[in-house]
Amino acid sequence: MTAGGFRLPTGGRIDRTKPLGFLFDGATYGGYQGDTLASALLANGVRLVGRSFKYHRPRGVMAAGAEEPNALVQLRTGARSEPNVRATQAELYDGLVAESQNCWPSLGFDVGQANDLVSRLLPSGFYYKTFMWPPGFWHFYEWFIRRAAGMGRAAEAPDPDRYDHRFAHCDVLVVGAGPAGLAAASVAARAGARVILCDEQAELGGSLLHETRTLGGRTAADWAADAIDTMRWMPEATLLPRTTAFGYYDRNAVALCERVADHVAAPKPGQPRQRVWQVRAKRVVLAAGAIERPLVFADNDRPGVMLAGAARAYLNRYAVACGRRAVVLTNNDTAYLAAIELAAAGVDVAAIVDIRPESAGAADAARARGLRVAAGQAITAVHGGAGGVSGVDIARLADDGQSAVLDRETVKCDLVLNSGGWTPTVHLFSQSGGKLAYDEALGAFVPSKSAQSLRCAGACNGAATLAQSLEQGYAAGAEAARDCGFAAEIPALPALEPEPEAAPARHLWVVPSSRPVGQGPKHFVDHQNDVTAADLRLAAREGYRSVEHLKRYTTAGMGTDQGKTSNLAALAILAEATGAAIPAVGTTTFRPPYTPVAMGALAGRVKGALLDPARWTPLHRWHVRAGAVFENVGQWQRARYYPLAGEDMHAAVERETKAARTTVGIFDASTLGKIDVKGPDAGRFLDLVYSNSFSKLGVGRCRYGLMLREDGYVFDDGVTVRLGEHHYLMHTTTGGAAPVLSWLEDLLQMEWTELKVRLTSVTEQFAVVTLSGPFARRLLAELAQDIDLDPKAFPFMSWRAGTVAGIPARVLRVSFTGDLSFEIQVRASYGLALWHACMAAGEKYGVVPYGLEAMHILRAEKGYIVVGHETDGTTSPHDLGMSALVADAKPDFIGKRGLKRADALRPGRKQLVGLRLAEGERHPLPEGAQLVDDPNQPIPMAMVGHVSSSYWSPNVGAPIALALVKDGRARMGQTVHAPLVDRTVAATVVSPCFFDPEGVRLHG
Amino acid sequence: MLLIACPWCGPREEIEFRYGGEGHIARPADAMNVSDAAYAQYLFMRRNPKGWHYERWNHAAGCRRWFNALRHTVTHEIAAAYKPGDKRPEPPR
Repeated sequence: MTAGGFRLPTGGRIDRTKPLGFLFDGATYGGYQGDTLASALLANGVRLVGRSFKYHRPRGVMAAGAEEPNALVQLRTGARSEPNVRATQAELYDGLVAESQNCWPSLGFDVGQANDLVSRLLPSGFYYKTFMWPPGFWHFYEWFIRRAAGMGRAAEAPDPDRYDHRFAHCDVLVVGAGPAGLAAASVAARAGARVILCDEQAELGGSLLHETRTLGGRTAADWAADAIDTMRWMPEATLLPRTTAFGYYDRNAVALCERVADHVAAPKPGQPRQRVWQVRAKRVVLAAGAIERPLVFADNDRPGVMLAGAARAYLNRYAVACGRRAVVLTNNDTAYLAAIELAAAGVDVAAIVDIRPESAGAADAARARGLRVAAGQAITAVHGGAGGVSGVDIARLADDGQSAVLDRETVKCDLVLNSGGWTPTVHLFSQSGGKLAYDEALGAFVPSKSAQSLRCAGACNGAATLAQSLEQGYAAGAEAARDCGFAAEIPALPALEPEPEAAPARHLWVVPSSRPVGQGPKHFVDHQNDVTAADLRLAAREGYRSVEHLKRYTTAGMGTDQGKTSNLAALAILAEATGAAIPAVGTTTFRPPYTPVAMGALAGRVKGALLDPARWTPLHRWHVRAGAVFENVGQWQRARYYPLAGEDMHAAVERETKAARTTVGIFDASTLGKIDVKGPDAGRFLDLVYSNSFSKLGVGRCRYGLMLREDGYVFDDGVTVRLGEHHYLMHTTTGGAAPVLSWLEDLLQMEWTELKVRLTSVTEQFAVVTLSGPFARRLLAELAQDIDLDPKAFPFMSWRAGTVAGIPARVLRVSFTGDLSFEIQVRASYGLALWHACMAAGEKYGVVPYGLEAMHILRAEKGYIVVGHETDGTTSPHDLGMSALVADAKPDFIGKRGLKRADALRPGRKQLVGLRLAEGERHPLPEGAQLVDDPNQPIPMAMVGHVSSSYWSPNVGAPIALALVKDGRARMGQTVHAPLVDRTVAATVVSPCFFDPEGVRLHG
Repeated sequence: MLLIACPWCGPREEIEFRYGGEGHIARPADAMNVSDAAYAQYLFMRRNPKGWHYERWNHAAGCRRWFNALRHTVTHEIAAAYKPGDKRPEPPR
């Protein structure tokens, strides 16, 4: 060991030729390529890395992998800053900057640690108990709690990095590249299967990277490297290091998060920071390994108390001795290996405290190396503080394991290792719907019944030895490949050093101290959430029986680690306290993600401008240049109005609305849905889907139609044009284009399969320019010499083909403004040319472009409905005063029967009417305003209707409104009232048509 | 994430499809002579079972065709996906 440091002079998988510098809490440290932030901090002797969530207790690194509950840091600065990064998984790079969390004002001196002194006031469920009184004070408490209980900070600037998504298909997906995973993947790949092998670590190999035993005469790491190299050259094998399988969904859909550039300061140009893979695998092999459980003993959270297996990994993989003098506490044989290896590396192992009275093979091996084994004893206290561990008390356990008061002695040390056994990592298996079974010998849940096409192999399947892991891996890989149709051979196991028969573990879920649990030192179960054994026992005494309730009440198993090291102990303590068996208590539900996934990774590129497509009409560029203000209508961006210099919205809309009735207005109607309906049964089909009739419409004519749902209510409306004997062009509302096409396809494919009709969406194939106003015909005449525009030759509700401004066009004489209107349809690519020609020719007629807002006013002046304004899904044609469009003589149409339901026929239905306000009133009613007969009645008032559209009408010179009022058509001339927040407005019920009721302009 | 075997395109990801509610609901042939109660059954009432369910799907981001499927609402297993007009399969035991 180097002076002042804990790095061994040789060994490990770090690259000593590449020293790196990094900053932790403002201090500079050094490490090597291949280090994690945790291994580098340990090598520098940094013990205190954070404060705990609730009591602000000093905490250090406890584990070496994804299960780390304590060493969470704020990584990077500025926009790339990320909270809650596990230091055990953060790869070191030159210039890395990290800060500790949960401490104020500093890690060493933290005000919140006073919580530790008042911990009796913060028992389990303290949120529910303490802060709920007095009533209404929660908001007051919350302000302080939120500040005290932070778990790092989110970056305040937008994330500058890119995240990608990718789909992949494979025969066999192998999760985990330890011994079992490598064995499975190599067998399947060799058989020719398309294999994806992912592992959360930077280097594939899993536990083989810190294994000291040899395989086939080579070091474990060399054996792993060999297997990996062989696969690297296979075209059908994909190796994904730094990739966590975080979610297992239906039908073997597995989500992976690949950290492409998290191990460097910033991604290279063009490189994503992370990539989410959605893999669909024919077969899955889960080889996720196992997580070591800490024992629950007094003051087991002090910095310097670590998992024995983690210390092994730091020693063998990173060449870091986690202390100079160690005491090991264990209930099983595996921790002996850590003790022996640390001793061999020069660490003074003061004692191996084994809570088992008898421990044969492993203890003998340790004693043979001169190590002290204290069998049947326990650690009853850990001395030390924020600076680390200074020693432990050990004492003899009573036979029943419930107390330890005899033969107490104090042993000086700076490192306490502990092992409570290994918990198979069953998260993904459980997410897949698989059932777990409790294994008494392991003291843990293992996979039992699969719900999907998957196999588990290795430690995650309960394998206890390297030989078992390899054997299970080979078998699982071969079977998976065979399932996919490949002939797979199971190779012979490499020659392994004999492993002594392991003695059974002793599952003592709470290791006693000199005082009763709950008094004196704390026995931490969930380190991240500061949940102790006493908290869990209290919850049990308070009547909590369900493990799901226990989790929510005590917060055990919550947080960013989701209880990876604590869940089993928590439910075992609950079982003990309630006298239930562990399998009967069961586990909480495992849900994705396995480890936290950044929101940015889940969103991928689907953000900002790419969140939803923006649809532009072929004339969009002109609108932009004209300075139009846009409005989003679904995905369409439509010109709302075109303000001239100095104009506000009101002035612009007033000018546009007047021009369309005095000179000529020009309007972009391209967004209206257009469906081409073709086939010998087209007319019959339209008769079925519209309430009125289309089969008898003459070629060259247009007709407005109402499309109903089966319940008789209005679904869509629009003009349908008969282009030929078997050919129609249907227009839908802008928003209705897609739903109407889907609905019609549904009917043709599922209901009326005998009808010969083909539907094609042509919305985007045509640009539509509407000319509306008294000069519309004269303007069109300038451009369309080959169309006879005489009203007798080209009457209202007909269409003609011809050329307009030299462009092949279809001209419809229809109107949504109530003024003389022509709708010119041309191929989309000619749209802009047509618009320019209309603007140039229209100059002398005073042509004015009008936007969506003016269009709405113009149609409301005429009482024309907009589906979604005047209808709300419960509005029938009769309600709208459109009974003439219901062709009851037809044998069938969608909605015919629905219109005869009692509810559709009852009196008192809301009917479309107009509303006029008192003379001189300037302010339109708000849309949605409720209408009542008597404004002085007590609240809640009896409502008789509501305002559906409301505008200031420039052409009427007064506010106008359309409304749906109960029995409205019988109430013409009567007064209704709109009670608003600050006033009540009286309105007179009138006809919905406010302008040119005779339709002189329309037919002119 | 379901994997749905479109009868025309083969197995595809769930995101390509749109759900269309319960399947095999016959539109009354002589609707005008059906009682309000019976017509309400057709219009509004659906089975919503826990278990095997006949349902309609549309391959909206694929061939745009409609078809029927027999899906288990608990396990999400799809026992059959078949063309309209095909005989309805029996639920697996």
